[in-house]
Amino acid sequence: MDTEQNNNKLSIEEFLRRDEEKDLLRFLTAGSVDDGKSTLIGRLLFDSKKIYEDQLDALERDSKRMGNAGDHIDYALLLDGLKAEREQGITIDVAYRYFSTNKRKFIIADTPGHEQYTRNMITGGSTANLAVILVDARTGVITQTRRHSYLVSLLGIKHVVLAVNKMDLVGFSKEVFDRIVADYHDFIDPLGIPDVQCIPLSALDGDNVVEHSDRTPWYEGPSLLEFLETVHIANDHNLTDFRYPVQYVLRPNLDFRGFCAKVASGVVRKGDPVVALPSGKTSRVKSIVTYDGELDYAFPPQCVTLTLEDEIDVSRGEMLVHPDNLPLVGRNFEAMLVWMDEERMDTDKSFFLKQTTNTSRCRVDSIKYKVDVNTMEQLSLENGRLTADTLPMELNQIARVVLTTSKELFFDPYVKNKATGSFILIDPITNNTSAVGMIIDRVEDKDMHTTEELPVLDLTRLGIGPEHDEAIARAVKELERQGIGIKVVRS
Amino acid sequence: MEKETYKLSHLKELEAESIHIIREVAAEFENPVMLYSIGKDSSVMVRLAEKAFAPGKVPFPLMHIDSKWKFKEMIQFRDEYARKYGWNLIVESNMEAFRAGVGPFTHGSKVHTDLMKTQALLHALDKYKFDAAFGGARRDEEKSRAKERIFSFRNQFHQWDPKNQRPELWDIYNARIRKGESIRVFPLSNWTELDIWQYIRLEQIPIVPLYFAKVRPVVNIDGQLIMPDDDRLPEKYRDKIEYKKIRFRTLGCWPLTGAIESEADTIEKIVEEMMTTTKSERTTRVIDFDQEASMEEKKREGYF
Repeated sequence: MDTEQNNNKLSIEEFLRRDEEKDLLRFLTAGSVDDGKSTLIGRLLFDSKKIYEDQLDALERDSKRMGNAGDHIDYALLLDGLKAEREQGITIDVAYRYFSTNKRKFIIADTPGHEQYTRNMITGGSTANLAVILVDARTGVITQTRRHSYLVSLLGIKHVVLAVNKMDLVGFSKEVFDRIVADYHDFIDPLGIPDVQCIPLSALDGDNVVEHSDRTPWYEGPSLLEFLETVHIANDHNLTDFRYPVQYVLRPNLDFRGFCAKVASGVVRKGDPVVALPSGKTSRVKSIVTYDGELDYAFPPQCVTLTLEDEIDVSRGEMLVHPDNLPLVGRNFEAMLVWMDEERMDTDKSFFLKQTTNTSRCRVDSIKYKVDVNTMEQLSLENGRLTADTLPMELNQIARVVLTTSKELFFDPYVKNKATGSFILIDPITNNTSAVGMIIDRVEDKDMHTTEELPVLDLTRLGIGPEHDEAIARAVKELERQGIGIKVVRS
Repeated sequence: MEKETYKLSHLKELEAESIHIIREVAAEFENPVMLYSIGKDSSVMVRLAEKAFAPGKVPFPLMHIDSKWKFKEMIQFRDEYARKYGWNLIVESNMEAFRAGVGPFTHGSKVHTDLMKTQALLHALDKYKFDAAFGGARRDEEKSRAKERIFSFRNQFHQWDPKNQRPELWDIYNARIRKGESIRVFPLSNWTELDIWQYIRLEQIPIVPLYFAKVRPVVNIDGQLIMPDDDRLPEKYRDKIEYKKIRFRTLGCWPLTGAIESEADTIEKIVEEMMTTTKSERTTRVIDFDQEASMEEKKREGYF
C-alpha cells in the first residue's frame, strides 16, 4: 500500500537526515569596491540554485532601472540591501548570506573593501574559518589586497582563497594570473597563513566559480565552490585547555545551584576536578545539565550548566578551569588592538574591557608601535615615525599596546585560544565599541610604564569589625562586577 | 563506553549560539522581554529560552503585540502555550487606534501596520521600560535584516541607524546603553528557514495549526489568498469566498497574510514543498509590497 508515498516520505526523511549532518563553513569575502565581490556572491547563490524565483523577478526589474552591469543581470543588487548603498553603488556594511550545497552549509560575511570601512571587515572576519580575497586581474595585488590579507592573518583565519576576478578582461591569460600569484605569495608567505589557494575566475560569466571553465585549460586547481565544499576545516576550537567563563548562575530552588556557560575551550567531564578563578576554591563537577538531559562530557561551543560537588560561590565573570591547566592571570597584558571608533583614542580615558563574560575598567599603558597596514612597517616613537601628536590611535589603525585593567583577568594568548584571547574596549561615555583586541601575552609589573596598585581597604585600620565582613564582601563583589577590583585586608 | 566526539551538527551549533545570546541578555540587562509573534520562528526562540535556563524558569516575560487582526487560532495557541509552559505573558495593543476603528481594509496596510504594530510596540516598550527586547528575525529573511547585528542598538526613540552600528566580534556582545536606550536582540540571526523547520521537527516544538494544509475559506484579493477570520471582511468580498486546501508560510494579521494552496499537512511535506517551491517566504506578506525597501524604513522607525 502507498509504496510511492512511503518512498517519498523516506526520501524527504533522508534529505532531512543528511541535511542535519552537514557541517558549517563560515567565510568572509573582501575586496575593493570594483572587484566584483557582490557579483561573485550573487553568482554563488544563483548557481547553487538558492535564489528564489520571485527574488529574481524583482532583480530583473531593478537591474533595468539602476543596474551597473550592462546587459548582464546585476547580481550585486541582490545583496546590496540598504537604500543608501544602492544610491552610492557600494556595499557599506557587513551582510550575512546563507546557502547550502549537498556537501555543506555556508554563512558568508560579505564585507566591504572601501578604506573607511575596514572595521567592518574585522567584524565580518572574527567568526570566519576562511577568507575569500578578491583582486581584479587587471590591477593585481594592490594596497587593499595587502591590508585585507594582513587583517585575515591578524584574526587568525587559517584558510585564504585569492580569487583573481575579471579574467575575461585579460583574455584568461595564464601569464597575468601567474604574475599575480607570485606577487601575492611574496607578500603573504611571511604572514604564516597555512593554507592559500589562488583561483582564476570571472564572477560575471561564472568561470571557475562552480564549474571548471574551459577558458582556463591551464588551470588545474579546484573551482571556488569545489574548494569551499572540500577544504578541511581543522577544528577551530581549542580542545586542550578547559575554560568555562561563568555566564549566569541558576538557582531555581535551594537544592540546585548551576553555573551556566559556553565551554570556551577544552573538554569537561563529569567528576573532573575544577578550580574557580579568582577565588582558587576547588571542587568537582557533579553534573553537566542541559534541557535535553545530563551529559557525560561537554566541549566547545556547547552551552551547558555545571553543578559542583561543593557549595562554592562562583559569579558571572569568574572562570572554572582544570587545576592542572591554568590560564594566564593578571592585570597587565600586551595585545594587538584595532581601533573601530570615529573618535580617536584618548589615552587618559578609562575604558570598559569585556573579555569572555568578564568586564573590567581598563587603561592604555603604552602604545609600542602602530602597523602601517599597507607596508607592514612598524611606526613608533623610538624610530621617529610617530610623534606625541600622531601616537593616539584613530579609526582603522592597528597597534601593539600594553593595557592595564582594574581587576584580574583570566586569559590565554589569542593564537592559542581565540575564545579567551579576544576582547573589546567600550567607550564609557558613548558606549561605542571603540576597539577590539587580541591578547599576545602577560606583562610583568616591572615592565609597565605606570603601575597602579589595586585600592586597598584595611578594615582594621578603618576600625570596621568582623560583623560587617559579609556586607563588605557583597559591596566589593558588586564593584568587581562593575569592573573595579578592591583588595580587602585586616592588618 | 562510546568514543567521545567533539563535533556538533550545524543545528546543535546554532542552538548553542542562540542559548549563549539569550543568557548573555538575561545576565547583562535589568529588564529584558521576549517579543512573541506566535509564528514558527518565535516558537523556536521561546523553546531556546526554555532550554537556556532549564531546570529553572525563564527570567523574563513574553510579550505579544496584538494588532487585533490576528488569526483566532494564533491567539488560542498563544494562551495555551503560555499556560502550559508557565510563561509570564504580556499582551499589549493600541486600544486607542482600535477603538477608532483602524484596520487594514479601512486605513490601508501602511497606516494599520504603523499604528497597530509599530506604535503599539513602541508604546509597550516604553510602558514597561524594557531595556532589551528579543526578536525572532533571521538574517536570511530579508535584505536589510542581513546587515543587522545580533545586539542591535536602538536610540531613545527606538530607531535603528544602519550606518552607525556597533562593531560586533566573536561572541562578545556590547550591552552598554544609557537610560532610555535599548538593544534589540536577534538570537536566530544565523538560522535559515530550513533550519527552523528541521529544529521544529527534531525537537517536536508545537506550532500554530495554520501552518499545516487544510480546507479553509479564502477570498482572492489582488492575487493574494486571504482567509476571512471574522466578520470584518468588507461586504464586497463576501460573496467571493471559496474553499481551498491552503496553509500559511508566515503568520500575521489575517487580511495582510496570503495563504498558499498546498497539500502539506506534515512538517516533512512542508519541507518538501519548501525545497521545491520557487517563491521565498515573504511574498505572502502583503505589507512588503508597500514601497521599495519598505522593511528597511519600518525598521528605522522601530518595527522589527
